[in-house]
Amino acid sequence: MAEILTKSRARNIFYGGTIFFVVIFVVLTVQSHRYIVNVSTAGMPLTESVIHGKEVWERNSCINCHTLHGEGAYFAPELGNVMTRWGVQDDPEAAYEVMDGWIEAQPSGIEGRRQMPYFELTEEDKRGLAEFLRWANQTRRQDWPPHEAG
Amino acid sequence: MKYQSQKVAYAYFVCAMGLFAIQVLGGLTAGWVYVQPNFLSEVFPFHIIRMLHTNALIVWLLLGFFGATYFLIPEESEREIWSTKLAYLQLAILVVGTLGAVIGYGFKIHGGREFLEQPLWVRLGILVAAVIFLINVSMTVLAGRKTAITGVLLTGLWLLSLLWIFALINPSNLSLDKMYWWFVIHLWVEGTWELVMAAVLAFILLKLTGVDREVIEKWLYVIVATALFTGILGTGHHFYWIGTPGYWQWIGSIFGALEITPFFLMMSFAFVMVWKGRRNHPNKAALLWSLGSATIAFFGAGVWGVLHNMHGVNYYSHGTQITAAHGHLAFYGAYVAINLAIITYAMPILRNREPYNQVLNMASFWLMTGGMAFMTFTLTFAGTIQTHMQRVLGEYYMVVQDDLALFYVMRWVSGIFVVAGALLFIYATFVVRKREVISAGPANPAPTVSQPLPGE
Repeated sequence: MAEILTKSRARNIFYGGTIFFVVIFVVLTVQSHRYIVNVSTAGMPLTESVIHGKEVWERNSCINCHTLHGEGAYFAPELGNVMTRWGVQDDPEAAYEVMDGWIEAQPSGIEGRRQMPYFELTEEDKRGLAEFLRWANQTRRQDWPPHEAG
Repeated sequence: MKYQSQKVAYAYFVCAMGLFAIQVLGGLTAGWVYVQPNFLSEVFPFHIIRMLHTNALIVWLLLGFFGATYFLIPEESEREIWSTKLAYLQLAILVVGTLGAVIGYGFKIHGGREFLEQPLWVRLGILVAAVIFLINVSMTVLAGRKTAITGVLLTGLWLLSLLWIFALINPSNLSLDKMYWWFVIHLWVEGTWELVMAAVLAFILLKLTGVDREVIEKWLYVIVATALFTGILGTGHHFYWIGTPGYWQWIGSIFGALEITPFFLMMSFAFVMVWKGRRNHPNKAALLWSLGSATIAFFGAGVWGVLHNMHGVNYYSHGTQITAAHGHLAFYGAYVAINLAIITYAMPILRNREPYNQVLNMASFWLMTGGMAFMTFTLTFAGTIQTHMQRVLGEYYMVVQDDLALFYVMRWVSGIFVVAGALLFIYATFVVRKREVISAGPANPAPTVSQPLPGE
């Protein structure tokens, strides 16, 4: 072993092998990029409203309490399928109304229950957020999550 | 200390320790909000506390890596750092950026990609600091002796800095956003950071055990080769449910499971070197942290990773407290502990003293490690119950969370031990208690200085 695997051979395997795996990874990334744009997220147009909603989502750092497609903090419910849970995935107007009602009702102030802060959002913000979450909800993601509960 | 420019590391380690304290206190606060949800909910809500906790962690680990690099490069390259002025300028940029970000978070000024919430000017500042750093250390290494340790370390640092570009790219398409976000997150902690960790570990073992450099460096190449061979395609285990193609379930499961290999090798490496080595180095605390780091990384990153990164399991466990359990022990074992190991090794040398406060330092190891282990167990049990109730039975999130209250209380108690350990470590590092200063034992004593000895 010691004779076959010299230090310089080990070094060459490291650098050579790394390049090999990087190339495979880049090829698969390009394919995945296309798949995302053309297949998995193509069910609903990426409108101005959706993009604005994503900005609202980021500006308020929602990800640091909630998860979205299972990624984020684990302090508050999964939101990747919240529009299904609310039963408004196919109705933009109803999605906005439920979102508006929810945002305006925070914080609940109930003792011993996790508190969502009040975020001051305009109507455009809330419409965008609802559209963004509908857009996320329609993304084809290998039938995850297993239940409506998220 | 043969090379005066190594002193730069001292300033980096001081700043790193300051942020370490902020990080663990932030964690303790966030843990308390799980127990008492109304705590600070109006003035300092959970999402702000969590950003402090995670961002302080990332920055202090990076400061530790930079400090470690500035400490070991002169010895490996056998020359002074190319420019100490640039090194201090780099630190100043990072400290100003970090303070700016932290104060901004208090006023709710932040981005919203997890872990990359820093405002754009801070992210650009980090890029500038990284470029300064790379130029500085590369110039030093190119002019001097080239070793496998510096080669691997620089490869890791160059790649992780290049990947930071993806922190500046934020596609409007959420699934694309997530895919490229992992280029920073995964390829840092499960790729390039492992190179830094392995190189630092190799350096410490070289100094502490006195095992032949050829042996250590061959191990190093094998370890980092397995790290990148598994880690690059292992990114696939984050591409299961975000809108990426189905083939990632196979690639991610296979290579993700193999990601345990480099951690197993690092653990074996550390113990084999200590058994082989006959040098009696007085800094036993540094040895404890090195062996501890490799071992806990194997369990936290390796075992707890494999536990849930295959797609059949991950379908149910994804984004539950199991992920939180894994994240905590992996970061502690792999990156917190290796930083504390190099700080424990370097600090007496940087302050020109014999190793000191070994008892307190070792006590801090057991306090922190015990606390983190218990925290990991409580979160793993909580996550298992959550997975079953929410993902198998389909009960609602908040209903399940109410049932997990006891685990969150126990997690918070374990957090107290971690914070106590961290504060004790900082005390033991900075305050010299004279009656604890020790010297090498009688058999094969090694000097406490850190310049190359014959045979290294």
